[in-house]
Amino acid sequence: MTNQERTNRKERNIRGLLFGIASVAVTGVVLIILFVFKEGWPVLFKYGPVALFTGKVWQPMTADYGMLPLIVGSTYVTLIALVIGVPLGVGCAVFLAEIASETIGKMIRPAINLLAGIPSVVYGFFGLVLLVPFLRMTVGGLGFSLLAGGIILAIMILPTIISVSEDAIRATPREYKEASLALGANHWQTIYKVLIPAARSGIMAAVVLGMGRAIGETMAVIMITGNTPLIPKSLFEPGATLTGTIGQEWAYASGEHAGALFTVGILLFGLIMIINSIALFLFGKKVES
Amino acid sequence: MRRITKYTQGLAFVLLWVTALITIGFLLLIVFFILKEGLPSVNWEFLTAYPRRMGREGGIFPTIIASLYLTLASLVIATPIGIGAAIYLTEYTREGAGTKIIRFATEILAGVPSIIFGLFGFAFLVTFLKLGFSILSGAITLALMLLPTIIRTAEEAIKSVPNSYREGSLALGATKWVTIAKVVIPAALPGIVTGIILGVGRAIGETAAVWLTVGGALRLPISIMDSARPMTLHLYTLAAEGLSLPRAYATASILIICIWIINTVANLLMARFSLKLRAQFFHGEFEAAFCDKAISGG
Repeated sequence: MTNQERTNRKERNIRGLLFGIASVAVTGVVLIILFVFKEGWPVLFKYGPVALFTGKVWQPMTADYGMLPLIVGSTYVTLIALVIGVPLGVGCAVFLAEIASETIGKMIRPAINLLAGIPSVVYGFFGLVLLVPFLRMTVGGLGFSLLAGGIILAIMILPTIISVSEDAIRATPREYKEASLALGANHWQTIYKVLIPAARSGIMAAVVLGMGRAIGETMAVIMITGNTPLIPKSLFEPGATLTGTIGQEWAYASGEHAGALFTVGILLFGLIMIINSIALFLFGKKVES
Repeated sequence: MRRITKYTQGLAFVLLWVTALITIGFLLLIVFFILKEGLPSVNWEFLTAYPRRMGREGGIFPTIIASLYLTLASLVIATPIGIGAAIYLTEYTREGAGTKIIRFATEILAGVPSIIFGLFGFAFLVTFLKLGFSILSGAITLALMLLPTIIRTAEEAIKSVPNSYREGSLALGATKWVTIAKVVIPAALPGIVTGIILGVGRAIGETAAVWLTVGGALRLPISIMDSARPMTLHLYTLAAEGLSLPRAYATASILIICIWIINTVANLLMARFSLKLRAQFFHGEFEAAFCDKAISGG
């Protein structure tokens, strides 16, 4: 074998090795889907998705695996997070993209990055020691509530909403803004009537991404919502979410109960896939137009 | 009429300022509240002593070691895989069906909630492969979670190396792999390192996935097959079981300081990088995909 051949062979081997390495991500996804479904499938099959997803009683002791209370809980905390987080986040994004000077932007962005980096368990702890007692004092009850969970989630999704919306606003063509200003519109009218509508898809993608993050969050929610799997009558009552229930019960669950938690995992995985697809679709739309 | 529009603009700008101030206010509130309560309890003894009575007394030494052990082990797994995948995606293939599948998979990985990673790790690593609750199970799970960030930052860093570097090296007779190993990777190193540093931040802060795979034994992990309890999980246990509030505050303070240091280092390293990379460095790969499209497509 000549030197040249040896080199060629080595190069080919490296290429093959790198291809193998690059496939790890694909293998990982396949394994995740495979194993979560493998464990959750028996319960899903035995009771049927309709009975499970619309059942009103989650009581593993008596083999009742109705997930509606968990779905309602997740929906409530997510909606509260969006109601608080979206106006704040989009406002902050507009501020950073259009109003803040470079110096102020340079001060605010690291702060938002820090907000994004704080571990979720620290958010949960903060909620536990400050927000829960605060709600207990002001609105009464236990304090552990879907409202508390939603408020903390709102803070946690702010960085996502801000960064994606800001980039969407910045990506609007410069000519739009110039044309609007040249027509005599003032800066606010330009932001409100031109820039935000032009960045609409991107901002909506930001909101949907924030929603995905809120639904998938576990530790913060587990520490402050009370983990009570009943359909809540009001936001001030304790509740349980899909993620929180898995986290709360996995350690002692066995047999069918453990399988049911994986079924909750399947539901959660499906929801996240739908949400992320919507976000990708929204952004695809923006790019095409 | 003109006065009204001017008034509206003034009001709107005030409100936008307020949204930014509230956002910063949240951060300051969380950081100062926790540090104010926690820092007084942080001292040498707290950092180096073993916990007593389930953590009600004593320090948190084993949990610090557990966090470092897990982080290191997950990066040892994720870094070569992430960089290798990035090299393959940027240097060895054209955009096609193959790269699309790999990119799609990394996007899915980036979007999956950590509790699902936990369920997967529990079912596959802990139970099926019989690795048990161990640092190894946790590290493999964490490595999968870090992979998207590392792949993407490395990819961007490699792409930003000028083509003339490659051409120069090839013209000198170097093979493709030699060019990549000796020219491209060294030039892309700052970007790659930034991605790894942010991986460190994510690994230290992760809780749910670690909980389901590492277990939570409160002892000093020696072997990679030992169960352990990292700082995040210890904080959860202290707070949720009401064991010791001062120690919970102190642990939370240490976590915040760690993240703060990591972010600062990453910021310094990133100062030379474009704005485009900002989102993916700090907010994960999935959102970065959007920012990318926003900038190139919009």
